[in-house]
Amino acid sequence: MRRMLQWLAMLVAAATLTTWVATGAHRGWTKTTVAVKTVDEVTGLEAVTYEPRFVMGIELLGGGLAGAALLGGAAQLFRRKTKTTKNQERDNN
Amino acid sequence: MKPHIKAKLASLIAVTGLAGAAFAAPQTFDFKDPKGVNNAVFKLDAPLEAINGSANGISGQVVFDPAKPEATRGRIVVAAASLHVPNPMMKEHLHSEQWMDVARYPEISFEAKSLKGVRTDGNSISADAVGTFTLRGVAREMTIPVRLTYLPDKLGARSNGQMQGDLLVIRANFSIKRADFGINPKAPEDKVADTIELTLSIAGAAPR
Repeated sequence: MRRMLQWLAMLVAAATLTTWVATGAHRGWTKTTVAVKTVDEVTGLEAVTYEPRFVMGIELLGGGLAGAALLGGAAQLFRRKTKTTKNQERDNN
Repeated sequence: MKPHIKAKLASLIAVTGLAGAAFAAPQTFDFKDPKGVNNAVFKLDAPLEAINGSANGISGQVVFDPAKPEATRGRIVVAAASLHVPNPMMKEHLHSEQWMDVARYPEISFEAKSLKGVRTDGNSISADAVGTFTLRGVAREMTIPVRLTYLPDKLGARSNGQMQGDLLVIRANFSIKRADFGINPKAPEDKVADTIELTLSIAGAAPR
């Protein structure tokens, strides 16, 4: 169990960091739309339109890393398996 | 061309021009924009957080006379529901009762009564628009610096020849105070700036 939780924690941390970097390492809040600016040829006005795109923000980055830390911490609650020697087994018996 | 014919032609052109100026009437420009180019951008730059967004639900009419720009008047309306920020939760808050209350106050408007300090440079006019700015049900008299560009016969180029007429481009940069309009006055200013910088970029059409 301990090992499984440790692996899960690493997986969550890696997935969070990878997604954050892959979506632009944005240091603001998460965006689900991104502004696209175009210039109208006749009037010279700059138009702002929004296209749907997911950009992961720091709150999800923080949440993901905190979740990974919690899983890592939970892993510490489980005892580490210790190797027993034949002499210890005999003593125990 | 013989000199006397040239002179007659020149005087005919001059007379036609004068008659045109004499009969130039104020035109009504409609700012409902099917192309979705017209927009208002807002920025709040607080020490801890910057909020940027825009609105494109623009409508309204402006009466403009190129021969008498100081008499320009009209009303520009921004649909409050078209206010957009890229973060969905922030947008929900922005539209909510505590902030813009778009359900109760669906319009943000500026009603221009006149232009003062008009400076003309060809088809470009700089001036201060005097009028009433209404936001969240609070109306305040304001003087807003504006730049108008009159584009005669340019509607055809913008509508792929489907309509003929003139265009009027209006650009304005000004700022308002959040507290003056009761936009969540309790919100901490280190996170949400009190000053809202507004940029209006709109074009209206006067079809013939």
